[in-house]
Amino acid sequence: MEKSFVHPYMPNSVPEIRRQLLDELGVEDVKEIYGSIIPDELLFKERLNLPEPIRSEYELKKHVTGILNKNVSTEEYASFLGAGCYKHQVPAVCDEINTRGEFLTAYCGDTYSDHGKMQAIFEYTSMMGELLDADVVSYTTYDAGQSVCSAFRMAVRIQSSSEESSVENGDADKEQDKGRTVILVPDTMNPEIYSQAVSYCRNVSEIIKVGHDERGLMALEELEERLKEGNAAAVFYENPSYLGFFETQAEKIAELAHQYGAVCIAQPQVSALGIMESPMNLGADIVCGDIQPLGMHMQYGGGQAGFIASHQKLEYMEQFPTYMYGIAKTDKADTYGWGRAMNYRCSHGSREKANEYFGTETGLWGITAGVYLASMGPQGMYELGETIIQNLKYLTVRLNGIEGVRANPLGGSNFQEVLVDFSATGKSVTEINKALLECRIFGGKDVSGEFPWLGQCALYCVSELTTQDEMDALADALRRIVTEERDVDLQAGKRDAADSEPQAAKEV
Amino acid sequence: MGYVKKNRDFHQARWDEPFIMEMGNPGERGVLIPGASDEVKKVSGEVSELIPAGLKRKKAPKLPELSQMQVLRHYMRLSQETIGTDINIDIGLGTCTMKYSPKIHEQFVRAEKFQELHPYQDESTVQGILEIMYKDEQYLKAISGMDKVSLQPSGGSQAIFANVQTIRAYFEERGEAEKRDEIITTILSHPANPGTAATLGYKVITLYPDENGLPDIEALKAAVSERTAALMITNPEDTGIYNDRIRQFVDIVHEAGGLCVYDQANLNGVFGLTRAKDAGFDMCHYNLHKSFSSPHGCQGPGAGAQCVSEKLAKYVAAPTVEYDGEKYYLDGDRPKSIGKLRMFYGVPSVLIRAYAYIRTLGADGMKQIAELSILNNNYLIKKLLEIKGLSMPFAKGRFRMEQARLSWQELTEETGVTTDDICRRIVDYGFQDYFTSHHPRVLPEPFTPEPVETYSKDDMDEYAAAFAAIAKEAYTEPELVKGAPYKAALGARIEEECLTEWGKFATTWRAYKKL
Repeated sequence: MEKSFVHPYMPNSVPEIRRQLLDELGVEDVKEIYGSIIPDELLFKERLNLPEPIRSEYELKKHVTGILNKNVSTEEYASFLGAGCYKHQVPAVCDEINTRGEFLTAYCGDTYSDHGKMQAIFEYTSMMGELLDADVVSYTTYDAGQSVCSAFRMAVRIQSSSEESSVENGDADKEQDKGRTVILVPDTMNPEIYSQAVSYCRNVSEIIKVGHDERGLMALEELEERLKEGNAAAVFYENPSYLGFFETQAEKIAELAHQYGAVCIAQPQVSALGIMESPMNLGADIVCGDIQPLGMHMQYGGGQAGFIASHQKLEYMEQFPTYMYGIAKTDKADTYGWGRAMNYRCSHGSREKANEYFGTETGLWGITAGVYLASMGPQGMYELGETIIQNLKYLTVRLNGIEGVRANPLGGSNFQEVLVDFSATGKSVTEINKALLECRIFGGKDVSGEFPWLGQCALYCVSELTTQDEMDALADALRRIVTEERDVDLQAGKRDAADSEPQAAKEV
Repeated sequence: MGYVKKNRDFHQARWDEPFIMEMGNPGERGVLIPGASDEVKKVSGEVSELIPAGLKRKKAPKLPELSQMQVLRHYMRLSQETIGTDINIDIGLGTCTMKYSPKIHEQFVRAEKFQELHPYQDESTVQGILEIMYKDEQYLKAISGMDKVSLQPSGGSQAIFANVQTIRAYFEERGEAEKRDEIITTILSHPANPGTAATLGYKVITLYPDENGLPDIEALKAAVSERTAALMITNPEDTGIYNDRIRQFVDIVHEAGGLCVYDQANLNGVFGLTRAKDAGFDMCHYNLHKSFSSPHGCQGPGAGAQCVSEKLAKYVAAPTVEYDGEKYYLDGDRPKSIGKLRMFYGVPSVLIRAYAYIRTLGADGMKQIAELSILNNNYLIKKLLEIKGLSMPFAKGRFRMEQARLSWQELTEETGVTTDDICRRIVDYGFQDYFTSHHPRVLPEPFTPEPVETYSKDDMDEYAAAFAAIAKEAYTEPELVKGAPYKAALGARIEEECLTEWGKFATTWRAYKKL
């Protein structure tokens, strides 16, 4: 039976008020209204199959909290998980500002109603511009994945519009540039983003993986061979890579890309940029990535938000697919306003003629990242990078002290994340992570399925929040897990002790 | 009878706040971070030794240097210069469903047991959030009548994108993908429909309204062919007029072998009254941040739901959340799936709020949302149409669903005051500026209110009274309206060419200083 009840979220559910509205319209019942416009055969005559309502806030809180309490958070267990989502300090000011009702509940108001929001977003792009050394920074996208996808398609459009203009100008030398649609990416790239990009770009571009050398770095000879084919729109690299190592050849990759007429796209880890040079200063043309580390809680992956940046070049700016906030002078000295500009680039402005589609993305996270960067300043960003890289080095050394465990098997310099190879322990990452869970530790992300050539490797992550105690506890737990297992095996006589002698992985 | 404050003496906060890049002093800082322990430092050595030489940052980023209170105060002031739904009668942003976002939900999404979850944690440690996601999927199946739901999309547009990817996957498997390269939509459907279709390479055919304001059915008949992949349509469109021939639209496309996709950004007016399934659609999507009450967060994060019929279930975005009778788990092993749409698994904060919202209201509450949205809308329309110069084109005398597209054309012709002028002037009365129309503006001088169920009669009366006052101003003192706003945070008018000429355009402070 249908019940009409007065609900705190619906003032006009009060029968008398409802009656007044109906009387004003001269109808007896609201059914008369929708019954007159929705054909009877389309009306849903049943009652939706939903649970009965939980009436009070208190009961709802008990119910929802009861479900959420089934989770175990990274505040309870030590976590060494990263791989695109990172646990960093979230300054209380960030939470304070992004829970302000004015920001939290505003939407797409413009220059005059939401002056403060517009300024906050422009300040975010301006501070990102400083962090990246980039003059152009877009409004936030859904996540790094979307930023990478759009950066790839931007490169294809940039190439095709430059072809058009060179044809118009009768530039015969550019003839070989026709059909630059290939994107060259490292084969160590983030597999989730890679799969997103393949799907997103499929009808305009082919994404080809370039191999790596023994250190995991992009194989430059292979890259050059590919570039010589003359069909590459862009070369992409991550720094640090998904697997944690610095791509030390960043400048060379950009040089090669440019030498063969391709655009260079780079994805830096923003938490490294206090100590690491921005790719913009190493020849990259488009820089993209995620701002989740800049003040967003992990939220089970819901804190992601992407950015796209470039130099102040028209041929690049025209290809951004999402909003851009511009600064405008006013009729009053030293007073500025802001507006979303050049919207013909976007599907909101020109529908199917737009660069790409876009929608409601992640404005609140952009404002939050602005608060974060303003709070951190240059010194905070430096110390952030410093602490992360020191913690990671310590972890690497500690883990390499465990027989059978080899941290940083590729041997390069790393930031925030490091591969740990358990192949010599005879145990799989799955088994090890299960055992670590019993020690209240979330072990590193299992990458053995994504990168079989690495063997039984996991990707271990630290941040400025990772304590020495946690790293020591991890090392102790791993030593125990590996050793106990071997002792059991030895007792059972299932394994020859000589075979299980792990290679002592020495300091790298 | 409630008290209705007519034409309140409003003034928005105007802090004349400086630009953050010009604030502070060298050496100030807003936050300290935990540093590495002495032993860690001893073992790790100098930072300069840990970064490859060519990658060391040469110049520190020119970020502001500010103490914590000064950062907080700056952003508090900017927040005061923003008009969110929490502080205004946010009826003007039609199509955006600016309903109340319950505060209790904010407590849920700020719980450590959610905020501090990493997406790659072992499934045994995230059973709570997976349960919520799974149950959301079940509830949305009930609401849509569809058979399979994916909560992967990051927002409504990405959910539409997922539906277009599903169209492509479906016809690829049937070997018809090359032949079926056209998607039909309507000019009054959201631009994300043609936008996503074109992003995936489809040719877009756009239907325009007939004399009744509904998409021209004869044009549809002429448009369908063996090249039709799909119809992507919303109902009601931005006009609020329910398309009572929608079943015929669907049948025409099905007969031509195409799929039918229902854009349900407008769900608020049809909750429990009619479902995508009932009109024969193969797919639909929901904007969970709209109809299911998440705060819109200065444009996101939102979340979308992709809902499909049985024959398309295998294609939905992966992973989905499943339940084996004992535990909840993520199912990424879906070989026919369109694959990943975003990193990790949708936007869980919005999914928690949607769950809490559905659990609060139940079936009857959901239906009441739709009924009151429709009732409110028609009441507000009646009040607004008493205003001189404002009209509602198309289908005169016919009730609207949850929103309406009105037009100030008559007022503009008589006074020279445009909808854009009124949109600025309304801020002086203490309201968010309003949504005129998507581009292109099919109707002249548009205005699209949407008084959802959370607004009271008093709210609507105040809202209508403000427009009555502005219309009066337009007829007596047009320059007053044209010069607006006067009481907004920004006490000056911008030079528009800064936003329309590339040579004067800058997206960052550093770029602006170089212009």
